[in-house]
Amino acid sequence: MDRFYFDHNATTPVSPEVLEALSGVLGEVYGNASSIHHYGQAAKQRLEQARREVAALLNADAGEIVFVSGGTEADNLAVLGVVRASGKPRKHVVTTAIEHPAVLNACAQLEREGVEVSYAAPDQVLRAIRPETVLVSVMHANNELGTLQPVAEIARIARQAGVLMHSDGVQAAGRIGVDVKALGVDLYSISGHKMYAPKGIGALYVRKGVELAPLMYGGHHERGLRAGTENVPGAVGLGRAAAWARENPATGLAALRDRLERGILERVPDTAVNGTGAPRVPNTTNIRFDGIDGEAMAIALDLRGFAVSGGAACSSGAVEPSHVLTAIGLTKEQARSSLRFSLGRGNDQSQVDALIEAVAAAAAHLRRLSPTYHA
Amino acid sequence: MSGGVDSSTVAALLQRSGESVVGLTMQLWNQRRLPELASATASGRCCSLDDVYDARRVAERLAIPYYVVNFERDFEQQVVRPFIDEYLAGRTPIPCTLCNNFLKFDRFLDFAAGVGATRIATGHYARIGWHANAGRHQLLRGVDSAKDQTYFLFGLTQAQLARTMFPLGEYTKPRVRELARELGLEVAEKSDSQEICFVPNGDYAAFMSAYFREQGIEPPGARGEIVTADGRVLGRHEGIHNFTVGQRKGLGIATGEPLYVIATDAATQRVVVGRDPDLLRRRLSARQVNWISIAPPAGPLRAQVKIRNKHTAAAATVYPAPDADGVEIEFDQPQRAVTPGQAAVMYAGDVVLGGGWIE
Repeated sequence: MDRFYFDHNATTPVSPEVLEALSGVLGEVYGNASSIHHYGQAAKQRLEQARREVAALLNADAGEIVFVSGGTEADNLAVLGVVRASGKPRKHVVTTAIEHPAVLNACAQLEREGVEVSYAAPDQVLRAIRPETVLVSVMHANNELGTLQPVAEIARIARQAGVLMHSDGVQAAGRIGVDVKALGVDLYSISGHKMYAPKGIGALYVRKGVELAPLMYGGHHERGLRAGTENVPGAVGLGRAAAWARENPATGLAALRDRLERGILERVPDTAVNGTGAPRVPNTTNIRFDGIDGEAMAIALDLRGFAVSGGAACSSGAVEPSHVLTAIGLTKEQARSSLRFSLGRGNDQSQVDALIEAVAAAAAHLRRLSPTYHA
Repeated sequence: MSGGVDSSTVAALLQRSGESVVGLTMQLWNQRRLPELASATASGRCCSLDDVYDARRVAERLAIPYYVVNFERDFEQQVVRPFIDEYLAGRTPIPCTLCNNFLKFDRFLDFAAGVGATRIATGHYARIGWHANAGRHQLLRGVDSAKDQTYFLFGLTQAQLARTMFPLGEYTKPRVRELARELGLEVAEKSDSQEICFVPNGDYAAFMSAYFREQGIEPPGARGEIVTADGRVLGRHEGIHNFTVGQRKGLGIATGEPLYVIATDAATQRVVVGRDPDLLRRRLSARQVNWISIAPPAGPLRAQVKIRNKHTAAAATVYPAPDADGVEIEFDQPQRAVTPGQAAVMYAGDVVLGGGWIE
């Protein structure tokens, strides 16, 4: 059976050029980047080259990039790091209800530590800012819907109010152009494995002058913000992926995604796109199929060779429907009947057309059996 | 696939026979809930991460597609809550039957059909036959009489039987373990699961208390009297849900001769106790009767009837009630501890005729 991958928001394959870059370092560049000798210097050189490439992708300075283990650590370092470094006697954080659990659960931990957190709708974030607010965290592109949040607008007001602004850019970097200076953010998270680099590497942009408390204690790696021997191969992979993304904007995916979306809406009645009316990253569409259990549909498609997701990969198997879909106003049943299709480099038109056929067949079969669907 | 030896062996046997097999595990209960019930001895609880890990390993070994599907919401609504409500109503429920009727052979069967399966196979010890003359599927006892699980399957319909396979019905449990070993399954020596999968160590009263706390439900706590059949008050109790007909332990009454619970009354919150012979009954009525292997009978019929899982089926005459939904059963010999909430399942030899809920 041919298999096709349409779940790039969960993770991406390591691309050929990243694999090549990795194989160049994994075997040979084994020095500790903190060592003074030749081996250490060779590693350090590769590490700093990677840092410059990641910085270039975000229009940041190399000194503003901290390598971490991935998006979750980047988000935790930003959220916990800012609040714990703040000297304010009372602290308050504003975020949104549609954030990734890496932000939401970091905020939940802050609440346990006595910090107040407001979970606002994206368009209500500014109203939630108070004198004691120390951080606003709003994701750039939503992982389930692909929708872009008005980060620049929020960041501008936050800066006027003297509040630091973090954005989780894990689903945006590599898919749309990201310019942290134009966005006006103080902190920005990215993850390697969402942009064709391996798992286990990510980065946090920390604007010069922003104070952060580290999450871990150890050596003085990464300007004292991230203790632990540097993951040089991971960083090299992320650097190579960043360079490739800069040279190859993912704009072409929009046509493919639109073809998929149009095809499904035309072929399958009683379907709708979730999260329309907002600009989106070019690779993502989230579609609901009335009367269909999204979990069953995802399995039926997998058995036909198509990998898609019923929501965020992390929430698969959870009882509660996606917090993102219910936050944008879907009922629980609508949220449960939704599927996410996220495209990437490996997809082409013939795969998309085959996926449309498979979706139409699976939807028709499931609806014949559905107790709640009547055409 | 529960991760146990039975369903794992089913998957392996079917795959060996050339069927195209998809492994599904029902996630029924979140083990992070009710943490006060967790203990070092509470192994073998359903849906633990270890069980899912084992099921996944078996699927990996067989190279079959495998998925965990979440039915926690349905399980709570269709099994856990009714289980609690029954106890509070002074009855003794059978959650496995509720799970079979409303989840496994209903929601789950439909789910499996939805993903493209033509039939489901489970690790139940029971057999399904075809009676050509009657044009009916028959439910038959498994050949291993000690493991036979037909008592829990009396709610199955013809449509459900047509889409179900019980491959283990032809084997004894020791033979299944042998097969599992021959098939190279690592779970071959895994111990059997306990009776009520979501209740650790069978302590249902502790489960209910913990559940009430979690839900913020005021525990019914309706204390009441322990009385004899002629109304003599012998003591007090902490809620009738702690008692089941036939129970001897936990009454907290010192008397010369052993006393047993012979009835509980939700209306008065009384627990009626008596001597062993007081537990004997010749008659019972059952409701919501499902006839499986035969069409609903027009008149009385002879059958062997089981009134709980461990009961040895006893000879009886079954009188269908005029409304067809119920039966009156009269045993040839009185039977001990007829318990409301349990099932009366009627057999003709190995054939399950049908069953209903004891009133």
